[in-house]
Amino acid sequence: MSTQAYDIVKLARANKRPTGMDYIQNLCADFLELHGDRRYADDGAVVGGVGHFRGIPVTMVAIEKGHSAKERLARTFGAPHPEGYRKALRLMKQAEKFHRPVLCFVDTSGAYCGIGAEERGQGQAIAENLMEMMTLNTPVITVLIGEGGSGGALALSVADRVWMLENAVYSVISPEGCASILWKDASKADEAAQRLKLTARDALRLGIIEGIVPERELGQSGFYTLLADRLEKELHLLMGQKDLLQRRYQRFRAIGRPAAPTAE
Amino acid sequence: MTPLPFLHFSHKPKNELEKGGRTAALVQEDASEPEKTCPNCHKSIPISRLWANWNTCPCGHHFRMGGRQRLRLLVDKDSFEELFAGMTGGDPLAFPGYQEKLDAVRTASRESEAVLCGTAKIGGQPCCLFIMEPYFMMGSMGTVVGEKITSLFEYATKYSLPVVGYTVSGGARMQEGLLSLMQMAKTSGAVKRHSDAGLFYCVVLTDPTTGGVTASFAMEGDIILAEPGATVGFAGARVVEQTTRKALPKGFQTAEFLQKHGFVDAIVPRQEQQQVLAFLLDLHQRGTTR
Repeated sequence: MSTQAYDIVKLARANKRPTGMDYIQNLCADFLELHGDRRYADDGAVVGGVGHFRGIPVTMVAIEKGHSAKERLARTFGAPHPEGYRKALRLMKQAEKFHRPVLCFVDTSGAYCGIGAEERGQGQAIAENLMEMMTLNTPVITVLIGEGGSGGALALSVADRVWMLENAVYSVISPEGCASILWKDASKADEAAQRLKLTARDALRLGIIEGIVPERELGQSGFYTLLADRLEKELHLLMGQKDLLQRRYQRFRAIGRPAAPTAE
Repeated sequence: MTPLPFLHFSHKPKNELEKGGRTAALVQEDASEPEKTCPNCHKSIPISRLWANWNTCPCGHHFRMGGRQRLRLLVDKDSFEELFAGMTGGDPLAFPGYQEKLDAVRTASRESEAVLCGTAKIGGQPCCLFIMEPYFMMGSMGTVVGEKITSLFEYATKYSLPVVGYTVSGGARMQEGLLSLMQMAKTSGAVKRHSDAGLFYCVVLTDPTTGGVTASFAMEGDIILAEPGATVGFAGARVVEQTTRKALPKGFQTAEFLQKHGFVDAIVPRQEQQQVLAFLLDLHQRGTTR
C-alpha cells in the first residue's frame, strides 16, 4: 500500500470525479427528480427522486457537488443545508410507505456551515435523519462516492450496507481541520489524514463499511454495470430479510464497544 | 389557581431592584476567600457564594459546572446509583498523543470518561440520568461516551424509565476518528427505540453543546430545555464566521437564539431545573388516553 492517505483525499475531492447525479442517471434510466422539503426550500446540494433500477421501483437520494463552476455554486459545493437533509428524509419516508428500497450516493465535505443553516437547525436536521433512518422499514444502501465528511455524510448513511469507492474517504473531521485544531497547523493535513484512518481500506478494517467499489473505468459504462450488478444482488438479499431493522441496529450497535466487558 | 412558581423562569430582571438590590453586592466578605470574576457583570464573587447559588452569579450568569457537582445539586439525596462506571476505552486508532492526554485528563478530573450515567430520583421521580463532563476533554464523544449513553437508553427501555440528560460537548472526539462519528448513529438508534417504546426523554443543553452531540442525542429529546446563555450549535461560531466572512447576528448560537428559531422548548435557570424536571417527569407518567 504505497498511496498516502492524503493523496486519496485529493483523489476523493477531484473535480473530474463522477458526482451523485452521474450515478443516478447511469443506474436509473427513467429517474424523475422530486424537489423540496415541504417546509422551507429546495436544497440544490441534495438531489432525490424515483425511478426503476433494474426493474425495481426505487427512491434515490444523492448529495450533488455539480460540475461547472456555476452549478457548483448553486449546489453550495455539495454541502447540504438543513432543508437538504429534510428533503432526503421526506423522500425516504415516502419510499418506506410505498415499499421501495432506497439508494443513497454521498459526496460532501460536510453539512453547510453558515448562519442560515444554524438558524434552521442543521444539528437537529441531521439528528432527526439518524433517528428516523435507523427504523426506516425498507432496505437502504449507501455508497460513498467521494468525500464522506462527518455528520453531513452520516445523515444519509444510516443504512443496511455502506460501501465506499476505492478512493473515497470517510472521516469525522477534515484532515485540515484536525491538523489546525490539534497541532495548530493546517499544513500538517497529510499527517492528520494518515492518523484519522479515513480511507476505504481503513473503514473496512474498522468494521464501518461492508464493501469497497473498485474504480476501474470510473465513470464509464463498464464501471456502472459492475456497480449495478452488485447493488441489484444486494438489494434482492435485503428485500428478503425479515429482521432488517434489528440487523441495522446491531450493525451500528457493535461499533466501538469497549474491549473489556463491564458489568452493569 | 395560583400559577406554579417556576413558570416564571423566563422572567429577566429589568433593574437592580428586581435583581435583589445593589446592597447584595456590598455585603462584606471574608477577604481571604478565593473569588471568581463574572464575565457578564464583571463583579468578583466569592467561590462559596457561587456554589451556594448553583454556580451562578447573582446577575444570572451560569458558570460551567462539573458533572458530580451538578449531580449533587440535582438529584434526591442518596438516590443516585451509577451505571457503567468502570467502562473505559483505549486508543483504538493509536492516535499520536491521545493515550497520554487521556491519562492526564483522568488524573486531573478523577473521572474515567466524559459522561456520568446512572439511575436517580429527581423530586421523588425515578429516572435514568446522564450528565456529560466539561472537565473531561470538553465532553467530547468517543466510543466510551457513545457506548455509555447507548447502554443507558437500552437500560431505560428495558426497565420502562424516562431519561433525563445533560449535554455539554465540543462534539465528536476526533482522536477516535470514524469510530467516534458512528457513535452519533448508535446513540440515535437507542434514543429512537426508547422513544418508540413510548418513554419520555428530556434533555437539558448546557454550555457548550456543539458538533456531533448537537447533531445527535442533544436534539432528540421529547422536550429540549437549555440553560440561559448556553452556546448551542452545530458548526463552531468562529468557523461559521471565517467561512461566510459575515458578521454573526447578535446572540448567535445562544440558547435564546435557538429558542427564538424554534429548536428549544424552554430556557430554565439552574435553580429551577430540579423543580421543572420533577414536574415534567411526573406529568409524563400520567397520560390518560392510553
